[in-house]
Parts: sequence; structure tokens; C-alpha cells
Amino acid sequence: MEEVKEIQPMPRIGDEAPKFEAMTTMGPISFPEDFKGQWVVFFSHPADFTPVCSTEFLAFAKMKEEFDKRNVQLLGLSIDSNFSHIAWIMNLKEKTGVEISFPIVADVDGKVARLYGMLHPGESSTATVRAVFIIDPNGKIRAIIYYPLSCGRNMKEIVRLIDALQTADKYGVATPANWVSEPQVWEYTEENTKVIVPPPTTYEDAVKRLKEGYECIDWYFCKKSLK
Amino acid sequence: MSQGCISPDGKPTERALELLKLLLEKKKLSDLEIAEILKRPLFQVRSSLRELEKMGFIEKIEGFYGITEKGRRLL
Repeated sequence: MEEVKEIQPMPRIGDEAPKFEAMTTMGPISFPEDFKGQWVVFFSHPADFTPVCSTEFLAFAKMKEEFDKRNVQLLGLSIDSNFSHIAWIMNLKEKTGVEISFPIVADVDGKVARLYGMLHPGESSTATVRAVFIIDPNGKIRAIIYYPLSCGRNMKEIVRLIDALQTADKYGVATPANWVSEPQVWEYTEENTKVIVPPPTTYEDAVKRLKEGYECIDWYFCKKSLK
Repeated sequence: MSQGCISPDGKPTERALELLKLLLEKKKLSDLEIAEILKRPLFQVRSSLRELEKMGFIEKIEGFYGITEKGRRLL
């Protein structure tokens, strides 16, 4: 018998951001209605308590001022419960001192993830890829970025993209390759060269992980140098 | 869906009380003004306003929010 595949329409650049209502770590939201008048970086991550996602959330949180300056509200999502999101951000706060001060959508049934085409079955049928939707103050999708599960995003590129969109709108111009709003040096340190150690998948291994000589923030979040 | 202004035991949350007290004091405010005064994200203020308006604790007149008699009784 011929296999019947479900085809999910995916939002594209220039489309109105699909509407949804959801619970977040900062209360219920009606999207994009509640965010009108602000730019939104709506991004998905594969799962809570995973190491690459933790580095991304910490990086987003540390750049909050940059996003605030640009009238940008961050909004995260993964196919996890609100309790899981809360436990995770409390864990990050406890282990690193960094407060995650933006909302995360609880999408246990994956409804919002499917609505936004954040599930790519060839990559994973249960975890969302690293999608970024940049939505303008009128609720229109202006840019989309997809990264696979294994690669953390570059937050400075997301800020650069917002600067480019806002500049294009303000001056009626386009921006060339490697454009930046002002001369700058993107500083990378030794820390940026480290990689993530795949997290343990059993309780026994999790207990052992902290004694294995890696640089660990918690049992699921360890880095090592390849040098 | 879970609510942000009324806790599971039926009592108004701190967020709801903060907003109602502000409207009692200032009479009429826009969503932007409320967000600025309370130093809360705009989306969260809008969500609370929608919920409180639906429950009849506040009303919206020409883009400005004010507390209702039912809202005053809650404080």
C-alpha cells in the first residue's frame, strides 16, 4: 500500500505570523496580538535540560540589553511542559547565576511547533530544530533561520539581522554581505572553542559524569576542549 | 488554559493585585503606560489586562483601562 505522508504548510518570509494561544513561563499569551508594536525573536530549541540549548539560553539572556535597545522581545519554545521549563531555568539560575527573563512557550502536544514548521522529521520527529522567526511590530515574518540539533546559534548574527531589517525599514536601503551597523570586533575567547559532551542517557552514567574530568555546570551540561 | 491573574485556589495573583491597585490609584492608563510603570513586559501586561477585562474587574474605554466596581471589591 502506498504510504500517505502528512504535509505541513510552513510559514514563509512575508507571511503573517500564525496565531496561537499558549501557556508560557511568564503566563498565558495570545500570539502575536500581545506582542504588537515590538519586534519578536521567536525561537525553538530541541529540549529542556540539554547542553547546547542551555548555552543558547544563557547567551540570549546575557544579550538581553542589546535586544531591549532594539525593541525586541525574545520568546522561546520547545515540546516540553511549563513545569519542565521552570525547573530548567531555575537550574540554570542556580548553577550559573544567569536569569532567563524571557518567556518560554510550553508546547507539550507540539501544536505550535507544527504550526511554525519547527519539526523537521528528517532531523527529529519529536524535538524541534533550532528555528528562529524574526517577526516585525506588525506581526509579519521578516526572516527565518534554521539550525540543526547539533549546532548552537550565533546570537550576534541574530542581532546583526535585526539591525539590518530595522535599517532597511528606516532608510529604504538593503544591506550587503557582512554588513554591520557600526564597526566592531566580535570577540571570541578560548571558551568559544570548547565543544559539548553528549549528555548521559542513564542514571548510572549521569552519576558518573561529574567525576569524568569534563568542565561541567551540571550532569547534563559538560564541555571539553578538542585540543 | 491556566490563567495568570487568578491562582488555582481562586485568589487574585500578586500580578493581578499590582495592576488593579495601580488602576485604582491612577484611574485611566494605556497598556504601554502600565507596562512602563510596573516595569513588566508589554506582552505580560496585555495578557493580564485581557484576562481581568474578561472577568469584569477592569474595563477598556477608548484605549484606556480603568477599574470597575467588581475590581474595587476584589481589593
